Amino acid sequence: MKENKGVCFTETPEQKVQMDAVLEQYGGDESNLLVVLQEAQKIYGYLPIEVQKKVADGMGVSMEKVYGVVTFYSFLRTDPVGKYNFSVCMGTVCYVKGAGLINEKLKEVLGIDDGQCTPDGLFAIAPTRCIGCCGLAPVMFVNDDVYGNITHNDVEDIVEIYRKRAKNL
Amino acid sequence: MQNKVNIKINGKDYQVDAGITLLEACKQAGIKIPTLCYLKDVNELGACRVCVVEVKGARNLVASCVYPVSDNLEVWTNTERVIKSRKTTLELILSNHNQECTSCVRSGSCELQKLAYEYGCDGHKYEGEKQQFLEDVTDYLVRDNSKCILCRRCISTCEKRQAVAVIGANERGFKTNIGCTFNKSLNDVPCVNCGQCIVSCPTGALRERDNIDDVLKQVFDKEKFVVVAPAPSVRVALGEEFGMPIGTNVEGKMIAALRKIGFDRVFDVNFAADLTIMEEGTEFINRLTNGGVLPMITSCSPGWINYIEQYYPEFLPNLSTCKSPQQMYGATVKRYYAKKFNIPLDKLVVVSVMPCVAKKTELKRPYQSAADGYQDVDYSITTRELARMIKRMGIDFLNLADEKPDSILGEGSTAGLIFGATGGVMEAALRTVKEVVEKKPLEKIDFECVRGTQGIKRAVVEVNGVDVKVCVASGIANAKVIMEELKSGKADYHFIEIMCCPGGCVNGGGQPIQPASVQNSVDIRALRASAMYSADERAVLRKSHENPEIIQLYKEFYQEPNSHLAHECLHTHYIARKK
Repeated sequence: MKENKGVCFTETPEQKVQMDAVLEQYGGDESNLLVVLQEAQKIYGYLPIEVQKKVADGMGVSMEKVYGVVTFYSFLRTDPVGKYNFSVCMGTVCYVKGAGLINEKLKEVLGIDDGQCTPDGLFAIAPTRCIGCCGLAPVMFVNDDVYGNITHNDVEDIVEIYRKRAKNL
Repeated sequence: MQNKVNIKINGKDYQVDAGITLLEACKQAGIKIPTLCYLKDVNELGACRVCVVEVKGARNLVASCVYPVSDNLEVWTNTERVIKSRKTTLELILSNHNQECTSCVRSGSCELQKLAYEYGCDGHKYEGEKQQFLEDVTDYLVRDNSKCILCRRCISTCEKRQAVAVIGANERGFKTNIGCTFNKSLNDVPCVNCGQCIVSCPTGALRERDNIDDVLKQVFDKEKFVVVAPAPSVRVALGEEFGMPIGTNVEGKMIAALRKIGFDRVFDVNFAADLTIMEEGTEFINRLTNGGVLPMITSCSPGWINYIEQYYPEFLPNLSTCKSPQQMYGATVKRYYAKKFNIPLDKLVVVSVMPCVAKKTELKRPYQSAADGYQDVDYSITTRELARMIKRMGIDFLNLADEKPDSILGEGSTAGLIFGATGGVMEAALRTVKEVVEKKPLEKIDFECVRGTQGIKRAVVEVNGVDVKVCVASGIANAKVIMEELKSGKADYHFIEIMCCPGGCVNGGGQPIQPASVQNSVDIRALRASAMYSADERAVLRKSHENPEIIQLYKEFYQEPNSHLAHECLHTHYIARKK
């Protein structure tokens, strides 16, 4: 995994109140660790080192124990989701028609790994299982926009669309 | 009387204790079952599937280490199916194992290698995708995941025995790997450097950072004056590396071997332990009589220092300011011995042999340079490294005639010797403190109340009409209990001895590694410690303050315990560190 360049973690006062309440309710029992992590992800959207430290301290368990659980379950994320999420379909048809190349190109263009988010918080890569529109293979989603029948040579142009869109916000 | 159950193993009837596992039942019946991940009371997971046996009525083979016995159970331990299954399991473990067995530091003591040999495994039967392995090299330890078999013995040891839990299993399935939080190096997590994970590892995935070449380079350099001193615990364990029984005291052979390797002087850390007692005992008497911070806590164990600095920094004022014996030895060599014998400091190299890997980082700590600009100790090697060094130098260890260390800095009392066992520092201190304060010879030299391998011992010792409350803890999990007592204000001890490793230094992370089969069946800590106590029983010089070389050292150099010069050379500072 590439080093997590990371979006700078910030915490709102509301998030702090909510998280403290979760730890207050479940903190006393180590077997609640998974529940606490799920709640924390609901509150913060992801589980960066700062949140994991909070959980570890609040539950009296080691940082490694928390990290071990977080990396075991695929639904727990250590990176935030971006404003624009790039999901290349990795289903069989898309894959044989070059989805792997597309995803590799995406990583190269955005400079991040699968599951990571760019430091500006704009773009994230999250490959997905078959999404059932094999007729369009290979397919890539950017949030709710669908791009079908593309090749890795289209990746830069598509990313550019969202760069522009982000600028105009 | 304990309840018994009747079981049948390999067609023969046995009566065994109820409530135990099949593995233990077979052991009681004298039947050997191989294990890899199993470490009694610490790691009982049934993860590796090497201990499988056939149970009548069960569809699959069962892992005997976690399978409870019940009345009328019928078991087979060596059928064709069982043997085949174990062999396949081993071959699958080998399929992504870095098989550089010829030069591996654990060659000969590797539990996987031994089983692969016994089961006639083909190490390359299954060739699959290899994992991307991570290597973590620190000053005290090397972690090489290419040799890791994911048994989790290190994790359980770190969590249950040492209560720091800095290593664990990350990721899932094929990607599972043992590591630290956020894949950090052990340098960047609150590890205490004890090395207990090393002695629990069945393979070469965890090992000490080897300094043999560094030390030999100095020894071979004719320009250098290289001195060495072994710690108390080294002599009661070194023999194991040469096939001797656990608990053999090889002091004389060890000294002879060090001289044969080519060290210019061979001293003894037992002497430095006596020096520690002089300083620490005096410090304790001063704190007790002048209203100093109490309880005073010992500071000999660098793993313990790493723990308190990171986990309980609010109690740093309670730590004795004394350096550890290793550092007192180095400081005294560089300040006193060098001057007395005109040895230039840039030519002088100080080496220690320790049962410990934390000593490798202790010598680089700040405030450990009595001679300005020169570390007190230059290299620290473990008992295991010394054994390999002796073998490499072609020394016939078993047939060496006993020798004595060099004088001065070579003679130690047996109070210094018992430092290696939990309670030993306390007993050595009490012998001196009581006699010095009461100004009359002790009626009884033995303080049995602080002996034994229990994790926590508490006692009250009368000193000159005052009841001194003492506490002894070994293993960080036990130390944590005591620290929580202090934190809650419940404790009213005067003096606490804490050693990082369970059972004290005799069971340190740098000691010879016994396989789980031995760890599970005998108390290695007690056997090694008993070699110390029996030497103590036979000895004449049993009190630190009666050591003639100690008396001479104070007369010639330090003047008196806790003098200005002693403070400059033999005492140190601690730093609160962030976890």
